[in-house]
Amino acid sequence: MALSTFSIPSYLGTFTELLGQHLYMALTASLLGLVISLPAGLACVRWPRLYPPVLAVASVLYSIPSLAFFVLLISFTGITPTTVILPLALYTLSGLIPNVVDGLRSVPAETRQAATAMGMRRPRQLVTIELPLAFPAVMAGLRVATVANISMVSVGALIGMGAFGSLFTAAAQLDRVELAVTGILITIVMALTVDLALLAAQWYATPWTRAGGSAPIARRTPFRSLRRATRQTVAPGVRTS
Amino acid sequence: MTTLWFYFTDFLSNPESWRGTDGIPNRMMEHALYTILALVISIALAFPVGLWTGHSGRGGAALTAIANSARALPTYGVLVLLVVMMGIGLVPVLIPLVALAIPPILLNTHEGIRAVSPQLTDAARGMGMTGSQVLLRAELPVALPFILVGMRTAAVQIVATATIAAAVSFGGVGRLIVDGLARRDFTLVVGGGILAAVAALIVLAFFAALRRFLVSPGLRAHAKGGH
Repeated sequence: MALSTFSIPSYLGTFTELLGQHLYMALTASLLGLVISLPAGLACVRWPRLYPPVLAVASVLYSIPSLAFFVLLISFTGITPTTVILPLALYTLSGLIPNVVDGLRSVPAETRQAATAMGMRRPRQLVTIELPLAFPAVMAGLRVATVANISMVSVGALIGMGAFGSLFTAAAQLDRVELAVTGILITIVMALTVDLALLAAQWYATPWTRAGGSAPIARRTPFRSLRRATRQTVAPGVRTS
Repeated sequence: MTTLWFYFTDFLSNPESWRGTDGIPNRMMEHALYTILALVISIALAFPVGLWTGHSGRGGAALTAIANSARALPTYGVLVLLVVMMGIGLVPVLIPLVALAIPPILLNTHEGIRAVSPQLTDAARGMGMTGSQVLLRAELPVALPFILVGMRTAAVQIVATATIAAAVSFGGVGRLIVDGLARRDFTLVVGGGILAAVAALIVLAFFAALRRFLVSPGLRAHAKGGH
């Protein structure tokens, strides 16, 4: 591919600036979503009657169009990265909270009983046993949310806060196809790179998912477990707008 | 909050907001038209495929791959690309909307049918049902709540993205937002923003009603999850 494909009109800023802004908005939104989802998910497991209303609120938030969300926030937060970050963070809840809840619920009762028998109290059980075991499920949700966030930041371009999304606005205004193609390619490469980075982080953080089990250890190549980790069992929403 | 309310009441009480092509009824009708068209097309394409792959158990990995790549695709960019290449029209606007809606319908239909207990399908077969009868009379009704969640996600995506279509000179309630931003007329921006949110809530309400009418009462406790 010719290098000129990646030339960006100079008035939009440099490639590095746009990359920094784009990743800052997308990743902060994911992190904020996670910070809200963990206690919310924990509360839903502790008090199951909380779960249906929490899910309902999350799905109503998820349904608000991003453009509408952005413009309605302008009067509170102005035209700042926060205006883009907040809606994206709230969208991640509808995918992350169910994953946190399912992850925590999937911890076997025997495991919990063993921890209690060893004299562990609830807070320590939660931190050392339950959260690590729920980690793969949480990561699956986080990866989906992050990929969606990276592609959704570009809608922010309509209020002047879209980082690489500004390439699309420029493409429409200047009638230049190659700007749109460049923007799409950059977004996809960014999303795939961050997704792989999260997958690698998960792989290193969960050594127990690779040891033991039914198959002989020798047959469990890293590639195989990476591939297994990539698979999604539940069908999450595919929000990109 | 009071400012938002001020702008919105201002927008609603202005008789100009209700008249002509830029009026609320016309913009909402346009929005509904794009949404319904795109949803019907994507259901027609994705639902039968999901039923078949779910019933036969084949193609699950391919479906997941499609859904994962769709997640990374910036819809706004695809929309601009198609409009710059093909000119403004219904087709370049509908393609990204349909592309967006297919993965959740396909995946949820596939997963929903896959998740039906084999004991149930065995029993249906034991009663003498043929393959298609098992699918339509045993698997489909049981999987319906999950399938409806997928269709609801798709519809929500379409309603949300149809707002962006205004950025490429198209209609719908997004028109009010984009024009308002260009003219620095915040009454129009807030009015359009709230109308877009209302359109999304109408979709949620529609699917809640659909679920009440279509899903067998015995199954309602299930499939609370999803989006």
